[in-house]
Amino acid sequence: MSVQARDIAIVAFHQSDCQASAGATNEVELIMPEIRAVMDQVGLRNAQDVDFVCSGSCDYLQGAAFAFVAGVDALGAVPPIRESHVEMDAAWALYESVLKIRMGHADSALIYGFAKSSPGELPIVLSQQLDPYYLAPLWVDTVSLAALQARLMLDAGKITEADMAAVVSRSRHNAMNNPHAQLAGEVSVESLLAQQHFVSPLRRHDCCPVSDGASAMIIATVEQAKAWGKPYAILRGIDHRIESHNLCTRDLTESPSTRRAAEAAGVADGAVDVAELYAPFSHQEIILSRALGLGEGTSVNPSGGVLAGNLMMASGLSRVGEVFQRIVSGEARRGVAHATSGPCLQHNLVAVVEAA
Amino acid sequence: MSDAREPVTGIEAPVYLQYQFTAGRAPSRFLSALKQGRLTGQRCPGCSQVYIPPRGACPACGIATEEEVTLSNKATVQSFTIVYIPIPGNPIKPPYIVANLVPDGANISFIHLLSECVNEEVHIGQRVEAVWKPEAEWDYKMDNILYYKPLEEPDVPVEMIGKLGVDGLEGKQS
Repeated sequence: MSVQARDIAIVAFHQSDCQASAGATNEVELIMPEIRAVMDQVGLRNAQDVDFVCSGSCDYLQGAAFAFVAGVDALGAVPPIRESHVEMDAAWALYESVLKIRMGHADSALIYGFAKSSPGELPIVLSQQLDPYYLAPLWVDTVSLAALQARLMLDAGKITEADMAAVVSRSRHNAMNNPHAQLAGEVSVESLLAQQHFVSPLRRHDCCPVSDGASAMIIATVEQAKAWGKPYAILRGIDHRIESHNLCTRDLTESPSTRRAAEAAGVADGAVDVAELYAPFSHQEIILSRALGLGEGTSVNPSGGVLAGNLMMASGLSRVGEVFQRIVSGEARRGVAHATSGPCLQHNLVAVVEAA
Repeated sequence: MSDAREPVTGIEAPVYLQYQFTAGRAPSRFLSALKQGRLTGQRCPGCSQVYIPPRGACPACGIATEEEVTLSNKATVQSFTIVYIPIPGNPIKPPYIVANLVPDGANISFIHLLSECVNEEVHIGQRVEAVWKPEAEWDYKMDNILYYKPLEEPDVPVEMIGKLGVDGLEGKQS
């Protein structure tokens, strides 16, 4: 049996501001403006005008059971639509939508992710995604786990604290051109290193901020994209791999799952002009750049990345969206987007986006 | 040491997470009006349906519902059930009635209690009215309305339930 692989076009993307707190705004109110924005980019009415809708979110973040179901109110789902959800970053909702289109079950899809992380203590909330017998009862938070990883990197001589600060300095600098960023500005490596440790060896700025917001994307077959008559980019490859939930069996100083996903997605098949990496901690951007084999010719995280604002469950999709926007604007010809999930880069998705 | 060989069938790992929960902008407006003794809905600018309690969007059209509509204290029974079993933690003594009620002026039902009635005589299309707590006790809560009680008004035909204007059967259709 052979199925002709259908090329996927990314046609529209929009992300909200990354806000430290969205205040009283609920999930519907967070999602609606983003859905409207991508619909308007393509000239569509609502979710009735696409074949499939898939979202990514996690109800634990805001502590509201079935918030992801309530979020469907933002779509216009009367008469009923074909809809799915992943309890993951919306980059995986994109993955599900790609499969749906490749299998011929849909010609177009709306994808969105939303996050209201501010109501809870995010690093503590995320401790409950660890294995339920050994780690979750210890309440090990994500910042502490990332600190263990950074310590391993430093002690193995794979990075220095100055390397980490350089990542933050570049993120803050790049974020000055990103109107949706939460943290931006000119900060020198020296001034960053002068800050005290937070969870050693991490300083506060080595950790992404907690942000509220949402993002949305529309993808379609190339034929459908042409029929819409809007500029689009080609999603050339997409793959994701996961490592053991047992942190002690992993080499935390590398990311073999990212490396594998990159091979399968075809990252090395051409020059990479731009890369948007989901690195919630500064040292992880270095791990990821190495795993992806990125060199001098690649602009890494020109948006500032998630150190400038991290919409849990939407940031991965936004990485793909950021690359898409740079390709459609002509700023880049070919780019790589990366999404992560789980502690210490446990689960990684890599997508290759090219000019049409 | 013999228990060491017993299979471990479970461990206790209680989870406590604290949140600063917020209702949402649209629900907050609804709750604020409720505290002032007013039942409100929101109208969809697309299909004109009025929703209660409002969540901020018309789920049918997927667009924001900005227009606030004050609804009547009168409502129509859309459906009901008589609860005979005691629910743990619920102070209300069975048997009692839980009903889907559509307030005049809205196009969607919400759930509340029905009381001061003969349970066996409650029926779909029956007219009812809100019984509010004393004003001093009003809060941002749906139980500012203690319950609904029957009204001496003609029944609403089934096909008209959910379509009454704020002035009821006699008033303009919404």
